[in-house]
Amino acid sequence: MTGTRLLDDVAIRRALMRIAHEIVERHESLAELYLVAIPNGGVPLGRMLVENLEKLSGVQAPLGILDTTLYRDDVQGTAERPPLRVTEMPSSVDDRVVILVEDVVNTGRTIRAAMDALMDFGRPRAVQVVALVDRGRRELPIKIDFVGKNIPTQPGESVELVGEGGQLEGALEVLLERSGAPGSRAGVGTPGGDSSKGVG
Amino acid sequence: MLGKDLLGIEDLERPEIERILETAQRMTEIGTRDVKKVPTLRGRTVVNLFFEPSTRTQTSFEIAGKRLAADVVNFSTAGSSLSKKESILDTAKTLDAMDPDCVVVRHKVAGVPKRIADVLEAPVINAGDGAHEHPSQALLDMLTVFQQKDRLDGLTVAIIGDIAHSRVARSNIYGFGKMGAEVRIAGPPTMLPADVETLGVKAYCSLREVLDGADVVMALRIQRERLEGACFPSVREYAATFGLDRAKLRYAKDDAIVMHPGPVNRGVELSHDLADHRPSVILDQVRNGVALRMALLYLISGRPRTRAESPQE
Amino acid sequence: MARLLIRGGRVLDPSSERDERADLLVQDGSIADVGPDLEVRGAEVVDADGCWVAPGFIDLHTHLREPGQEYKEDLGSGGRAAVAGGFTSVTCMANTDPVNDDPAVTEYILNRARTDSPAKVFPIAAATLGLDGEVMTEMAALAAAGAVAFSDDGRTISDAGVMRRVLEYSKLVDVPVVVHAEDCALRGDGVVNEGPVSTRLGLPGNPCLAEDILVARDLMLTELTGARLHVAHISSAGSVELVRQARERGLSVTAEVTPHHLTLTDEATLGYDTNTKMAPPLRSVVDVEACRKALSEGVIDVVATDHAPHAVHEKEVDFADAPPGVLGFETAFGVVMDLVREDEISPLELMRRMSTNATRIMKVPGGSLAPGSPGDVVILDPERRWVYDPAKGYSKSRNSPWAGQELTGRVVATVVDGRLVYHCDRGVLVP
Repeated sequence: MTGTRLLDDVAIRRALMRIAHEIVERHESLAELYLVAIPNGGVPLGRMLVENLEKLSGVQAPLGILDTTLYRDDVQGTAERPPLRVTEMPSSVDDRVVILVEDVVNTGRTIRAAMDALMDFGRPRAVQVVALVDRGRRELPIKIDFVGKNIPTQPGESVELVGEGGQLEGALEVLLERSGAPGSRAGVGTPGGDSSKGVG
Repeated sequence: MLGKDLLGIEDLERPEIERILETAQRMTEIGTRDVKKVPTLRGRTVVNLFFEPSTRTQTSFEIAGKRLAADVVNFSTAGSSLSKKESILDTAKTLDAMDPDCVVVRHKVAGVPKRIADVLEAPVINAGDGAHEHPSQALLDMLTVFQQKDRLDGLTVAIIGDIAHSRVARSNIYGFGKMGAEVRIAGPPTMLPADVETLGVKAYCSLREVLDGADVVMALRIQRERLEGACFPSVREYAATFGLDRAKLRYAKDDAIVMHPGPVNRGVELSHDLADHRPSVILDQVRNGVALRMALLYLISGRPRTRAESPQE
Repeated sequence: MARLLIRGGRVLDPSSERDERADLLVQDGSIADVGPDLEVRGAEVVDADGCWVAPGFIDLHTHLREPGQEYKEDLGSGGRAAVAGGFTSVTCMANTDPVNDDPAVTEYILNRARTDSPAKVFPIAAATLGLDGEVMTEMAALAAAGAVAFSDDGRTISDAGVMRRVLEYSKLVDVPVVVHAEDCALRGDGVVNEGPVSTRLGLPGNPCLAEDILVARDLMLTELTGARLHVAHISSAGSVELVRQARERGLSVTAEVTPHHLTLTDEATLGYDTNTKMAPPLRSVVDVEACRKALSEGVIDVVATDHAPHAVHEKEVDFADAPPGVLGFETAFGVVMDLVREDEISPLELMRRMSTNATRIMKVPGGSLAPGSPGDVVILDPERRWVYDPAKGYSKSRNSPWAGQELTGRVVATVVDGRLVYHCDRGVLVP
């Protein structure tokens, strides 16, 4: 994938360490934390955050993975149904402080879907959101609690977290790409939580 | 796949089968939740049009639809005005006027889902037609095998029993074949269809030979009431020649699994003990049935919108 | 006096081996003259340039449904469809309601046909009462009333003893017994040809042997009794071979084949279209080729349509429950022309099998353009392409496997007893 690099691997790791610090500062008891990553991009970030938190506090927070596809608000408007991604919720969310981890937040629709999905797994005490990149073009009243970097973008631009060899592994980077006409829809279900889609 | 009919595995390409199985595998997670429902098909209507009673399949589709939040309407012929000679096309057109998003059809005669699909706007899923196909059963069988073996390619699958009257056999023959498995069949010669090798399988008359090297052993249900005395002399003789028990299973691979589309005639197709315990995976099949049918309804029900109609960012 | 001059066509008259460009004069209901450049004053002229002119087609196997099933067809609609297909004489099978097993029914059909049908109609009476295969009918009385053959068509006389006596007794009236050969036990629930196609479709198969065994039995009974046997709608390579051997042995056996068994294989049923359900079922390509070869060699004597109308709602059921049979009249010529185009049969020989040979099997008029013969003529355009739409046809029913298909070869005009009864541009003209 080509495009303008917005964040390189070092910058991503630095941002996630800073976010880990902020999470520790903001929570009295880390034992009640439950990190829930939104695939695909949120998953490697969630893992790093869990590691960072453990380094800082010695507490290993559980990490869940929650696919939001079945909760998308545009799933009935597509030409083909988007592929499903993995969901693994290892423990109950009841009375936990759930921190949703997403790579790129734009419209806020994916976070809305994730909150709905989360409620099907129980009643968290609170829900907070981590975004590595906040593009800021919100369409729903969604607030990001922990932001890696604010990058205002235009419609028609896509911002994506990518790794090595097409996988979300190894050195990560965040790329900005300008696609065709503003407002055009990318193919559904491209991995990476691309926020140029209807849900972002 | 959205808006397209699913009439048989014969019509599917391998990538489509893989897509269905991957989707179904993801769907299995929903069944493990406390709240077993997602809002995906809210406002969609799924009609179960069952001309032939089948509690299991109908229930499975019904649960699948409900777990996806669709409205599921059961339209069965028992107790309705549908008589044998009523025009099935009339029935289909009547239903279509109610704007369903998917119609699941079961009929005792092969080809009825196809005839209905030909006149229906909504996509049709064949839930079993005569001795033709039962695609959702074969797909859930493939999913079950995949979960156990982590692959389908290169496996040897032995299907045993009444192949001639079995839609399950046909769909599995096509399905496992397309996925790269070797499919063998065995049964009394009276229960093997004409020119069966044209389906791409090798036919055996001996249980020992068909099981030799098999990774998967699939026993089919025998229609005792209808066929005893006609296609096989007696249940006792059938059980002795083609019934499976642990001793006979030793002919297959050590890690072979045993499947059955249900309901099992205990002591006939499978020994009591084999029906209930590993290596039989019969309850996995049932469980997977719901997830697989959720996958089908998710991928198929509805009508694709054109780009111009799709909501803008 | 009514005179009709058919000018400039290629006259194909199998009865005189004539195949040449000529004019044909029909006068007072009979063929009056054939020859080049006839000069006739005051005659109605039909231009047949580029067309074939042949004796009107004769169909030895049809179901006109009257009395009793007029919602499918009646003698009027069936007769109009017949002439639109070039048929000037047709026989009609006995499986009406009531069954034509009584001279009163035979006379009823003849009387109705005289007023309602532009084609000549000749009833085939039942061989056994009620088509039940048990008690033979009053053949002498039925023959006297006008029955030209006996048949339980639609069903088979399963009891060999009954069949033997039917054959023996039929010698009294010297008309053929027409056999619908199908061993019901071997057929079982079969609805499509047994083989790879039935296995793919998951529909019960009907093996060729169900036909062959009955044909073999009835040929042996014919040998035993010395009667005349006509094998209806032969469809399997095995039966064709049996008939071939029987004829070589000198038995008095004839056979017919339908346009669909000459041109369609069981693969046509793969879409479960009930308009491809027939009895006997569409067979494999091997069987189709055997039938085509036998027709061209003369082992099979005639093409007969087995015109079998069924109402739309009767065919809109599942494949197993749908009644077997398809419309035949209006598509017959366009369909069988395939054999001419494939060089398997000459135009003259095709006309022999569509017309002339039938007169050797049953007492039906026509089959010849020799002066003095009945004025039954068909004019055919062998090159004309047209799309068949059963809804625009003359039958009351629409059950055709050729619906919506383009056929090459069309009936231009049909003349019965010297009267122009059908013209493709003007439709059916009488009654």
